[in-house]
Amino acid sequence: MCTLEKRGQLFLLKLAGDGEHRLNPTLLDSITSAITQIRSDPSSSQSVLITTSDGKFFSNGYDLALADSDPSLRVVMDSKLRSLVADLISLPMPTIAAVTGHASAAGFVLAMSHDYVLMRRDRGFLYMSELDIELVIPPWFAAMIRMKIGSPAARRDVMLTAEKVTAERGLEMGIVDSSYGSAAETVEGAVKLGEELVRRGVDGHVYGGMREALLKQVLHTIGSNESVSNRMRNSGSKL
Amino acid sequence: MCTLEKRGDLFLLTLTGDDEHRFHPDTISSVLSLLEQAKSQSTRGSVLITTAHGKFFSNGFDLAWAQAAGSQTGAVNRMHQMVESFKPVIAALFDLPMPTIAALNGHAAASGLMFALSHDYVFMRNDRGVLYMSEVDLGLPLPDYFAAMFAAKIGTSIARRELLLSGKKIKGEEAVALGIVDSAAHDSVEGVVDATVSLGQSLAAKKWNGEVYASIRKSLYPGLCAMLSLTAKIAASP
Repeated sequence: MCTLEKRGQLFLLKLAGDGEHRLNPTLLDSITSAITQIRSDPSSSQSVLITTSDGKFFSNGYDLALADSDPSLRVVMDSKLRSLVADLISLPMPTIAAVTGHASAAGFVLAMSHDYVLMRRDRGFLYMSELDIELVIPPWFAAMIRMKIGSPAARRDVMLTAEKVTAERGLEMGIVDSSYGSAAETVEGAVKLGEELVRRGVDGHVYGGMREALLKQVLHTIGSNESVSNRMRNSGSKL
Repeated sequence: MCTLEKRGDLFLLTLTGDDEHRFHPDTISSVLSLLEQAKSQSTRGSVLITTAHGKFFSNGFDLAWAQAAGSQTGAVNRMHQMVESFKPVIAALFDLPMPTIAALNGHAAASGLMFALSHDYVFMRNDRGVLYMSEVDLGLPLPDYFAAMFAAKIGTSIARRELLLSGKKIKGEEAVALGIVDSAAHDSVEGVVDATVSLGQSLAAKKWNGEVYASIRKSLYPGLCAMLSLTAKIAASP
């Protein structure tokens, strides 16, 4: 479902296989488990996380077909993603999303939950699809968008016009940090950036704490989740 | 005073007559009533375009009517009445179950600019018309929901300062540069109306569900909507 590789001080988390990487409970558990593994690595506070994917999609959002068959799973998927995003926000290392395919709705939010968003410009888009499929946008998604997208017009274009945002538009809107000519080049770019960040030698715990402070409003809207905060407290902070 | 017309999917709300289209209790009431009418007739694919005749989109509240109260207290009460009764007009626009577009034929000042900014998309002319928050020049304090609108819709502190504190009269090109309006590439009233009709038709073609649209709009501006006592009607779910 997702693979985890270590290259020097870089953790490469990949949403594996050629599918849509829909954020169903199984995939969410798999990603969360990879993050837990990363946290427990002794050199984690001098590392960098890169998240990427195989195939045409970064992630096409929640598994809506699954939710249609069992509505209780809607709540489960939302709860697991909240937990995962809170986890990413407190992660004691810089995080990079190497967006090599379409990222829609919850998939877009997952990409935005990273400190840096690198994207291919030859194909693929970021897309808050909810309006087009008649779903409302959860308040915590809107909070992430407000945090990560600075201009009111761009936020409106993303949420209320349901624009399919290419890398070029993403750069204009300030959602995307840099764009590349292909999927491979995007990952290469992420690796280069990751190595640069490792070289800076930032203390990951301090970094993670600062990110939490910066994204306090988003964390607040995600809601306090006891199991998440307990896990974070037990993850071996130096303080 | 104001009219509501239907052209296919598009509702056209027009402030008629060659005057300043100042907001007075009667105009406020008429506009509110027409917005309620549009809401009750809305279907999938409906879009609202708001425009006006003459040199002004709207020059704000009817200060002359306030002064005509004949006393300081009377004037203050009338101002207060207009500020309070205008709030539901803004709320109605944020609640409207369809995309909204303001086509500025001319000047938009104070509550007239608030009225424009309450739309999802704002187009103006580059040859005529300014945006102007006159309050600082008139020595009038800013109502709380006016300040909240600026915080919600105008992204840079420089743009907010220019409008609210410097009392700058901002023309089309600068308004686009400051991110206050979406487009000012139009050098006539026909040009700006045509452009909004064109945008309106492309939005209408999406055939969006109006209630979902309004819920998403409100979740874009939670602070302002809380102040307007608006909540999303549909509970969010993944």
